[in-house]
Amino acid sequence: MTSYAITVFGTDRPGIVATITSTLAESGANIEDTSMTLLQGHFAMTLIAQIEIDAQALEAKLATALGEDLTVSVSKVRPDQTTGALGTSYVLTVQGGDKPGIVAAVTKIIAKHQGNITDLTTRLSQSLYLLVAEVSLPTGINLEAINSELVNVGKDFGIALHLTLVEEDVL
Amino acid sequence: MLERVELAMPTLPTGTLLKTVAAPNQALSSLCAEVDPKDSNILQLAADLITTMHANKGCVGLAANQVGRAVRVFALDVSNHPKTTKSHGLFVLINPEIVSSSRNEKSREGCLSVPDFTGDVKRATQLTITGYLPGSDSQITIETQGFEAKAIGHEIDHLNGYLFLDRVAGAHAIFPRKRYL
Repeated sequence: MTSYAITVFGTDRPGIVATITSTLAESGANIEDTSMTLLQGHFAMTLIAQIEIDAQALEAKLATALGEDLTVSVSKVRPDQTTGALGTSYVLTVQGGDKPGIVAAVTKIIAKHQGNITDLTTRLSQSLYLLVAEVSLPTGINLEAINSELVNVGKDFGIALHLTLVEEDVL
Repeated sequence: MLERVELAMPTLPTGTLLKTVAAPNQALSSLCAEVDPKDSNILQLAADLITTMHANKGCVGLAANQVGRAVRVFALDVSNHPKTTKSHGLFVLINPEIVSSSRNEKSREGCLSVPDFTGDVKRATQLTITGYLPGSDSQITIETQGFEAKAIGHEIDHLNGYLFLDRVAGAHAIFPRKRYL
């Protein structure tokens, strides 16, 4: 068995997930991690699956099953890309008026401090822009320095930014 | 079982329906200023907040900066909400301060000023606050729990320039919403 990344993007309608997963099941694929959402109303899904058949054959099979409104790609991935829980987890929220460059300016600061974005959602509705990211920052990092850089970006763009420690209760 | 506590709300002038503002309006990100609870303009604002809150179906609370006034005043009435376990009825509170908060619980909330999204937010379900009723210079203490505690937490956040969007639990904690229910 080989690990493949399957991505599907296109016009949303009921039944897409059922079609994808049925096609995968018929092909003997074993679905591992999945992420699916609607982006501005478009269907967007990525899966990692263990597959026995040829990637091109699977891609063709999915494309036929899904029709022209959806784009499919199947590509090989290295089996285990898990990096494990490194550092400390924070939630970064950004909200304000939409302006080009907000995401780039904010994520540049995170990258500069060796922070790793492990989950990211951005949403635009009318003039309100939202970004919520889960960020893993190296343990012992200078949080005040990051916060002051984020505050400065907030002032430049006229947006509100908050970096909050994720409380993990192990029960 | 609903526990009701009546506050000594005064008779207010006739309220006017005010226009509400939506994010990203800067009024919603501003720290609101303390005011004199006996000021006649504040009594009028209290009445206007109640009228505006009632005009928006499903709205259980309204902070002054949601109508573009950066002052520490909010209206609240959770008495008809099915999740309410303790209620102080319809009231307007001025210069509120949190004395203690505990027992955080996560739930999904929306806001009149964020019409297109809801989000999962952790809020205290045991809350003690102080503040002033309109027209009075006697500080009162409100002890509450459950949904009313969460609603008050949401309103005091407004007065400090915070929206629920600033407190969402994670990247998958924001959801699209079509309209305010």
